[in-house]
Amino acid sequence: MEQMEQIKQTKQIKQIDQMNIVVIGHVDHGKSTVIGRLLSDTGSLPEGKLEQVKMQCRKSSRPFEYAFLLDALKDEQSQGITIDSARCFFKTAKRNYIIIDAPGHIEFLKNMITGASRAEAALLVIDANEGVQENSRRHGFMASLLGIKQLVVLVNKLDISGYSESVYNGIRSEFTMFLDSIEVSPLEFIPISAREGENIAVKSDKMPWYRGMTVIQRLDEFKKEKPLFHKPFRMPVQDIYKFTMYGDDRRIVAGTVSSGKISAGDEVVFLPSGKKSEINSVEAFNSPVEVSVSAGRAAGFTLKTQIYIHPGEIMCRTGDELPFTSTAFRANLFWVGKSPMIPGKKYKLKAGTMKASVYLKEIINIIDASSLDEGASRSEILRHDVSECILQTLKPVSFDRFSDNELTGRFVIVDGYEIAGGGIIMEPVQESLSYLAEHAVRRDYRWVKGNVAMAARHTRFSQKPRIIVFTGEETLEWEGLAQALEQDLWREGRNVYYLGLSNILRAIDNDGPRASIDREEEICRLGESAHLLADAGLIVITTISGLDNYEYGMLKLICEPHEILLINAGIVSADTIDALSIDSGLEAGEALSKIKTSLRDRDIIPDFQI
Amino acid sequence: MIILDELESQSIYILREAYREFKSLCMLWSIGKDSTVLLYLARKAFFGHVPMPLVHIDTRYKIPEMIEYRDNLVKEWKLNLIYGMNRKAIDEKRTFPDGNVDRLTCCKSLKSDALRQTLNGEGERFIFSHSAGKYIPDTSREAYTGVIVGVRADEEGSRSKERYFSPRDSESDWRIEDQPPEFWNQYKTDFSSGTHVRIHPLLDWTELNIWEYIERENIGVVSLYFDKGEGIRYRSLGCYPCTKPVESKSKNVPEIIEELRSGRFSNIAERSGREQDKDGGGTLETLRREGYM
Ligand SMILES: Nc1nc2c(ncn2[C@@H]2O[C@H](COP(=O)(O)OP(=O)(O)O)[C@@H](O)[C@H]2O)c(=O)[nH]1
Repeated sequence: MEQMEQIKQTKQIKQIDQMNIVVIGHVDHGKSTVIGRLLSDTGSLPEGKLEQVKMQCRKSSRPFEYAFLLDALKDEQSQGITIDSARCFFKTAKRNYIIIDAPGHIEFLKNMITGASRAEAALLVIDANEGVQENSRRHGFMASLLGIKQLVVLVNKLDISGYSESVYNGIRSEFTMFLDSIEVSPLEFIPISAREGENIAVKSDKMPWYRGMTVIQRLDEFKKEKPLFHKPFRMPVQDIYKFTMYGDDRRIVAGTVSSGKISAGDEVVFLPSGKKSEINSVEAFNSPVEVSVSAGRAAGFTLKTQIYIHPGEIMCRTGDELPFTSTAFRANLFWVGKSPMIPGKKYKLKAGTMKASVYLKEIINIIDASSLDEGASRSEILRHDVSECILQTLKPVSFDRFSDNELTGRFVIVDGYEIAGGGIIMEPVQESLSYLAEHAVRRDYRWVKGNVAMAARHTRFSQKPRIIVFTGEETLEWEGLAQALEQDLWREGRNVYYLGLSNILRAIDNDGPRASIDREEEICRLGESAHLLADAGLIVITTISGLDNYEYGMLKLICEPHEILLINAGIVSADTIDALSIDSGLEAGEALSKIKTSLRDRDIIPDFQI
Repeated sequence: MIILDELESQSIYILREAYREFKSLCMLWSIGKDSTVLLYLARKAFFGHVPMPLVHIDTRYKIPEMIEYRDNLVKEWKLNLIYGMNRKAIDEKRTFPDGNVDRLTCCKSLKSDALRQTLNGEGERFIFSHSAGKYIPDTSREAYTGVIVGVRADEEGSRSKERYFSPRDSESDWRIEDQPPEFWNQYKTDFSSGTHVRIHPLLDWTELNIWEYIERENIGVVSLYFDKGEGIRYRSLGCYPCTKPVESKSKNVPEIIEELRSGRFSNIAERSGREQDKDGGGTLETLRREGYM
């Protein structure tokens, strides 16, 4: 065993480093040429490829461009602009690089961000003759929003000005001033001519005034980004697996550790639900048994106690500094959606593995990315805008500040079916009234009440209205029980109504439609219906699988002033004290009488009738 | 973290996202080394299980060892395997080996068309019954909305433009000029009906990474990849009329790795043994737009 480990280790030493870099900048400033040069000057092109493209150019009597080399796709060549983040590979003595070529054309900002969001370092190309342009600034700003810390500026096409030091210095000071204003500090400026290959792989003798590194040397100086080992432990829960259909009884909490380290025996807390347990074991397929897992790993755990948690929660370690949980936060957001982002419209927020409905609450500021002037106050966020704003969610979400933890401090926004924006979280915002509470208040305010008093209904129906909610993991079984309860009460002469659940609320079982954000919506709707029926004096019975504490709270709020009797069936979902628990082992008849006793105890149905 | 660990984690993350988001999900398995690595990664992601059906497109011209290897693994790992094919084209002999159509048309009908019909449930499907020990007609007509595919960005120019989650419309069309953005590890998982999504967990892997991982994890691959003493082996697998072995004396995984790192293959394209790539520029891209993998 030990020997095997050793063999594994020596093999790993032979492994070469790999780094993703992105080349950004304004259109035509020479990004493709820089990339072409990097590929050919490091001998990374397939044999004969360069000659082949040069030959094709001669045939069609076009001047050779490095861009042609990169245009693997016909489409692109006919359009003449790089439309997507293509990937190229090249290697130096030090490591392998994957270059993500980011298009400079404004139309393709979403592609640029797609490329850059995967990069660990960026080369920003500026044409010395055209000078700093809109997208030089925009891309510089985006790179910082995306969390790229290693930025090198290449001042290109210096051949045109006869390799003039003063031209270079001019660009350098202008752009430095701009970067300062957005608090970005580049690692370096390098004067180059991409077309002529000056200062790319070999030090240029045309610019003796420059004593710094070549582009390749500089690339090799970049530091590999390390996973966030030293931050508090975070793991967005991706899924909960129970492969019982394959005879596997483990209940595994799966996800990729985004920061820190966790070991068997550690106590963990899931946010936002706040449920706690302890790590029982680290699970893995075909690898030696481990007791801890660190940042970067796709992992799986079993817990000591069976608790009900949703995908999308963040698993944290008790004792660590915990993420914020709130229904609003201040963010820096970039928008690439076809239609503008507007207040009052519902969008979907995705952060880590979590999804939630989100609204644009307030635009604090719109930064015109091209000039980065703090723009006129607008009421909507347009395509390609960067905005400082406040986003509000329907349910509480857990997150970190981007400055504390990048991976749990960033998000995207989905409009309809499309990812339309993204951003980073600056800080949580305290809300005076949650969206839901606001909604409930508004509803009650508008509600025109009839002249029949609630007490009169109690007397006529000899019952108090109540909303009975069954929850648990295996829905079907309890659905039967809920229906049996309805029938039973009905036969006794109660005014009772079984509110059939919508299929979305079954979402949790493996065979149902999987996790859906429409769930919160459906719960609201269910709550509204139940509220209405209870208002009419009925006992309402319904089932919702896997109701958690927050959802229970939400339901309570919506159903006010009517009370809810929560019945936890089997594994406890919502661990509130006032809930009634029924063992999954209990036979149906017994379960029914237990529930009815409880209804009597709570004075919902009068004693004498039973 | 070393690169193979990074790639492994990333692929597992993508597989788990796909599994959570798509109710009707399948994984294509071409029997080749890439999709076999993918299959292994699925077992890692799901703790020893492969909780989605594997779909294989049979052209009836696959190298026989491939089918043999497939069926052995299906039994050994208790896989849920479904295969489909364009039986009409095969029966009517509209194939390149029959001498009736060119290579591109043959690929299009035996692979692209077969794949589309198999995925959308219009075509005949056969499913391996573990109790009967043989393939039986698949009675389900379910269309798959999520399809996991083992393509890599370094394979060929057009593949370098892919997303991890790449939507296709009902015609399997791939709109290269309008791909959805993918920021960080957030993928497109919302769709209108009628679209389906190709999911690419291996996009960032190189051919070398694949072999290094096969070595590290001791994953079995079909023996066609190794020289058996004749000085030839396959580098990429497909239909026998159109896939030629390459000259190479690599007899095992370490020798293949050595050959890729330093040897004569370090600068030659992997698919150079595939004839359909040679018919003029853009062939593969044309096929890909039409749904070819
Ligand atoms: N004179 C000169 N022209 C260059 C240099 N680098 C790129 N170019 C030219 O600038 C144009 C745009 O370059 P390209 O790399 O396609 O720009 P991209 O749009 O940023 O990818 C092409 O015609 C290149 O030949 C350079 O160093 N000197």
